[in-house]
Amino acid sequence: MPVSVMAADAERAARQARVRTGMHFMVGDHACAEGALAAGVDFFGGYPITPSTEVAEHLARRLPHVGGRFVQMEDELASMAAIIGASAAGARSMTATSGPGFSLMMENIGLAAMMELPCVVVDVQRASPSTGLPTMVGQSDILQARWGSHGDYGIIAYCPASVQECFDLTVTAFNAADRYRVPVFVMMDEVVGHMAERLVIPEADEVPFVPRKAPRTAPGAEPFLSYAADDDLVPPIAHAGDGYKVHMTGLTHDERGYPAMTAAAHDKLVNRLVDKVRLNASKIELYEEFGTDDADTVVISFGCTARSARHAVNQARREGIKCGLLRLITVWPFPETRIRELVAGGKVRRFIVPEINLGQLRREVERLTQLPVLRLNHAGGAMPTPDAILEMIRS
Amino acid sequence: MSVSEQVILPAVNLHPIDNLLRADRLPHILCPGCGIGTVIHGYAYAIAESGIEENRHVCVSGIGCSGRAAGYVNVDSYHATHGRALPFALGIAVHNPKLEVTVISGDGDLTSIGGNHLIHAARRNANMNVICINNFNYGMTGGQVGPTTPIGAKGSTAPLGVVERPFNLPYLAKATGAVFVARWTILHVREFQEAVLRAMQKRGFTFIEVLAPCPTSFGKANKIGDGLHEMEIYRERCEIRNGATNLEELDINLIDESVPITVGNFVDIERDDYLG
Repeated sequence: MPVSVMAADAERAARQARVRTGMHFMVGDHACAEGALAAGVDFFGGYPITPSTEVAEHLARRLPHVGGRFVQMEDELASMAAIIGASAAGARSMTATSGPGFSLMMENIGLAAMMELPCVVVDVQRASPSTGLPTMVGQSDILQARWGSHGDYGIIAYCPASVQECFDLTVTAFNAADRYRVPVFVMMDEVVGHMAERLVIPEADEVPFVPRKAPRTAPGAEPFLSYAADDDLVPPIAHAGDGYKVHMTGLTHDERGYPAMTAAAHDKLVNRLVDKVRLNASKIELYEEFGTDDADTVVISFGCTARSARHAVNQARREGIKCGLLRLITVWPFPETRIRELVAGGKVRRFIVPEINLGQLRREVERLTQLPVLRLNHAGGAMPTPDAILEMIRS
Repeated sequence: MSVSEQVILPAVNLHPIDNLLRADRLPHILCPGCGIGTVIHGYAYAIAESGIEENRHVCVSGIGCSGRAAGYVNVDSYHATHGRALPFALGIAVHNPKLEVTVISGDGDLTSIGGNHLIHAARRNANMNVICINNFNYGMTGGQVGPTTPIGAKGSTAPLGVVERPFNLPYLAKATGAVFVARWTILHVREFQEAVLRAMQKRGFTFIEVLAPCPTSFGKANKIGDGLHEMEIYRERCEIRNGATNLEELDINLIDESVPITVGNFVDIERDDYLG
């Protein structure tokens, strides 16, 4: 057999070792970890915290057997810094946490955004603020995910609503992080993280893989411009050890990566960091909808709450009520265009936004329309029930 | 002018470390009399002599004057957030164990805001070198005191003098598991370079404290005078004791001139590094 064929076989075997192809019955946290493995995660740095710990535990068991590294860091500040460092060295890297740890990670999430080093942060949300209800559900980190670190920057955040999506969207998250050179969040919640349901894992070859843009010049020829962006506003990336002698800093910097301490350089850089997500939003945004064609009431929901909402909308439609569901899969970028379209369509008379916080996503919807946006909130610890949503739809 | 009349200039040799500095970033931001440039010079020399190819060296810094070191060395370099240089470096070192990762940062960055990371990186014996530039204060923000400021010394946040006992960094590094521990000053240029070189040759977590003048902030507040005067203090008061084992007694006392400042290579042991 030719050497190249043997090498290709070996590579395929190594990839398949990471991917547990087949049908499983699994909790969301483990499905997320399996998604990371299928996506090729090389490095996990994390700190135990309920209800995300099972992600770390699963990777601690699995990563050493597939050539990856698992490090239990001293805290979440270190976890976030370590995954950015690993990313700088070329790793697909990730961490997993919950609200209190997510708060600590905000410092270096800003650094990842500024250095444009791709990484994935899983936040299994619990009832907050502060220590809150550690073992019980919440969806109250949604605005923190968007605005938690100081300054303006672009990020992407996915909200899985099922165990299958915990797997699928973790793969998507790694690809989006590498594609756009941004930190990407998988915003699970305690219910989705801890519930068990069917998971189908595809063949390794069928797992989508989007590589980072590699430098288009050889090292050493001329200074490599780590931050010279293409038309899509995303620059190619060189890693530690590649020979390009990069410099990366959290300071405002020029295309070479060198500190550039001027207002003009700052304005240019920060606008690009925001625009590379904003202007690519139509390629990034994911949502699912049904019943919205003729609906006068549209329920907008995400994560576990969307499961209650789906049940309620189905029931209401059986009762002849014209209502629909818009389930957000990306909460960031927020699918503004689709919501504006629904408003402009003229049929929708009101929106209902059930969520396990006191109106974080409702605020976003209100920003886009003069129509009534009804609230259906729980501060945390319990999901809005289908009955509660149905009652509001009927009202 | 005919060919035969051309003046033949003597061949100009590049300085051995020229290509290890980012000349396009000079002049640097450091004050006259600051010791950080000497540390960068020593690090660059050690790279040149390490026998490890340049492309495998990585420099990581935190925030502060010393944190700017990464920006001047011509290797892959990363200027991380305040205190987080060590976990950032750990991510690099663990993902690619072929890289020779060195963290150059300040005393405040590494031992105050980054103190937790320091003890854990040492405990793990993570494969990295730490060069901690100790100028006894926060220089970039204007001379505030920190966890290395000697008792009695003054700073803008301790106008009456520090009352807290400072860290004894070699003692701390040894106790938490570093396999190589040294303390030098920037007066000890050769010894410092040799220590960095030794650190690069070892696997595991190495720690070098290097005392450096900060005439603009610490020197001024404590009537030490300019950088040269602080170098005089080093010369008069430093005592070289390689292999000293009583690290717990080696606190730095800048006020009582009868107490020597003990410098040297104190610890050089073998222990399985983080990746075994």
